Amino acid sequence: MRGALRDAFLSALVALGIFGPMVGLVSTSGDHGLSLQVRPIAVAVVVGLIFAGRLLILSWRGGGPRQRNLALAERVARAGKYITPILLLAAIALPFTGSRYYIDLGTLVLTYIMLGWGLNIVVGLAGLLDLGYVAFYAVGAYSYALLAMTFGLGFWTCLPLAGILAALWGVMLGFPVLRLRGDYLAIVTLAFGEIIRIVLTNWVSLTNGPNGISGVPRPTLFGLAFSMDGGPGTFGDFFNIEPAVIQRIIFLYYVILGLALLTNWVSLRLRRLPLGRAWEALREDEVACRSLGINVRNTKLTAFGIGAMFGGFAGAFFATRQGFISPESFTFMESATVLAIVVLGGLGSQLGVALAAIAMIGGLEALRDFLSFLGDQMNSPVFAGIASELPLYRVLIFGIALVVMMVLRPRGLISGRTPSVALTKLKEIAPDLVAESRS
Amino acid sequence: MAYALQQLINGVTLGMIYGLIAVGYTMVYGIIGMINFAHGDVFMVGSFLSLIALLGLSAFGITSVPLALALTLLFAAGIAALYGWTIERVAYRPLRGSFRLAPLISAIGMSITLQNFVQVSQGARVKPVDAIIPGGIRLMDRGGFAVQLSWMQIAIVVITLTILGIFTWLVTKTPLGRTMRACEQDLKMASLLGIDTDRTISLTFVIGAALAAVAGFMFLLYYGVIDFYIGFIAGIKAFTAAVLGGIGSLPGAVLGGLLIGLIEVFWSAYFSIEYKDVAAFSILIIVLIFMPNGILGRAEVEKV
Repeated sequence: MRGALRDAFLSALVALGIFGPMVGLVSTSGDHGLSLQVRPIAVAVVVGLIFAGRLLILSWRGGGPRQRNLALAERVARAGKYITPILLLAAIALPFTGSRYYIDLGTLVLTYIMLGWGLNIVVGLAGLLDLGYVAFYAVGAYSYALLAMTFGLGFWTCLPLAGILAALWGVMLGFPVLRLRGDYLAIVTLAFGEIIRIVLTNWVSLTNGPNGISGVPRPTLFGLAFSMDGGPGTFGDFFNIEPAVIQRIIFLYYVILGLALLTNWVSLRLRRLPLGRAWEALREDEVACRSLGINVRNTKLTAFGIGAMFGGFAGAFFATRQGFISPESFTFMESATVLAIVVLGGLGSQLGVALAAIAMIGGLEALRDFLSFLGDQMNSPVFAGIASELPLYRVLIFGIALVVMMVLRPRGLISGRTPSVALTKLKEIAPDLVAESRS
Repeated sequence: MAYALQQLINGVTLGMIYGLIAVGYTMVYGIIGMINFAHGDVFMVGSFLSLIALLGLSAFGITSVPLALALTLLFAAGIAALYGWTIERVAYRPLRGSFRLAPLISAIGMSITLQNFVQVSQGARVKPVDAIIPGGIRLMDRGGFAVQLSWMQIAIVVITLTILGIFTWLVTKTPLGRTMRACEQDLKMASLLGIDTDRTISLTFVIGAALAAVAGFMFLLYYGVIDFYIGFIAGIKAFTAAVLGGIGSLPGAVLGGLLIGLIEVFWSAYFSIEYKDVAAFSILIIVLIFMPNGILGRAEVEKV
């Protein structure tokens, strides 16, 4: 106990050094330039939390968490059989609530689920860390917006085109850089994502620069437009119902649900093909793959291209849903959010990605609304304050989650990979059974 | 000619800053073979710490410029070193021996965490400061264009060269440097020979973070404006510098930094300032494809 106290005290001391200046001394701009504002209570709270947290972790540590986690993962994997159909039914039934708020939130979550599943092919299956995934999302969005507005093409014509263009970009980027080591690849994709964003911002004659493109056309249902005037050839006219905004919202919701399910279906099927097996083998050991005769470059390239294609689909959908796109929407933080979802879901698990997106996007949004509701009801500025601050902390939570996940459960909350051969326990082997010692 | 000379001066100054950050990347890569994505953000944290120290000192009424600069430098480097140590301890050490992507993802997470932590704690607005060392020397005046060498630029070059001198002495002449070089050559063998590798790796992060904080301090003095996002772009550029110079090579990092600084400044001066980041990132991609060993690097042998 004394040791634990000492350890916690030292942690608190380090925390004081780290958080003291950054949290306790805030540079605020006043009338005469910047000045410092002192916040001792905030520092005391943070340091106290670290002290208590460290003490708690140290006193918990004896209980063999590994086995518990394995049991939990197994239980979740078994429960997955029931969770999947329930989630699917809930997703299909959601629009029948008729609440615009829930449908909008559902659309947002489904967009991230689709992006997560797309990135899962690249990161989770093939093991290539792509930090510029948002670039393909942007390519899809801008392809759709520009094709639709310049040539007057409809959404359903542009959707495959946007996917193909994004895939082309993926292959173009991937072709030269895929022979690089994993960490080099990560930083090159990061740089590529930034290049795309900078070009979109500065190529004003094509993309209208930072002002973005507005008035992106909405999708139609077999040629029936969702316009409010209810004229001939619109959805309302054809079915003889009063046109309402909610119809378009619901339609868009089902479009993204369909697209997300398509992504899921394709990646589930691909996993069973030799190609998918090659991806997973590549993730585990590239050298072994090469010596077994797998064409490493082409295998990586297909993963990259297919992942990019789904990113492009999602981008086209994003453009048509928002009706407005600008480079602002395609920053590195977006890539980081999608990556966090994939990692939290457990690199490679389809259900995990969906649950992570629901928790991280929908859960945080719901928490914010709940807090602001509490703030309104109880007239308490504390809850309202937390609610308005929460979006700021969202990405911070993602960052911390990435680190914590890697340290505690690197294979994800729900490990979706069931290896056919696995070592359960390290065994001692008598020396005379081993011809040569392992390196 | 005069214009080009001015750009040369600016480029060398900027290159010094990139070089200092690049040393941190290359040291960590040399020892544990991973890219410390959070390093650029440590640079940003160092910059903010310098800002806080400068404001604090002026609140205490310390007006002597050399004293204020020295205290700020010590404070920023010291606290940033603590950041470096903590990052290694919390996010990287538990992952040794984990699967291939784990340290990378953890490093990305750390980078995002630091960026947003500073955004939340210090605010998202840009922070401007007044020039602390104003004035300079007029080198030449030709055709209505005056070539300026400001005191600030001289200070930056002098500080960088001093710090790099101390650092080179540390790596080549001291026992600590010897253990670091041993760990770089073969981590496992070094640990078999009784070197505390964990301690050496920690110290590498500490030194790298302190150097990055010095760079952040000079960035603040040179540009006079910082925000929470500077670490991201500067980090990629410094990484490009490390790769260009040959990752793992310390002189290479400084050389690469100088080259990147010059390329960026000349590109902005003669082509387009909007695409200056694109130029640096394109160099990264081109270098990785055509000369992945960099200028002074060794060829990498993949061991199975």
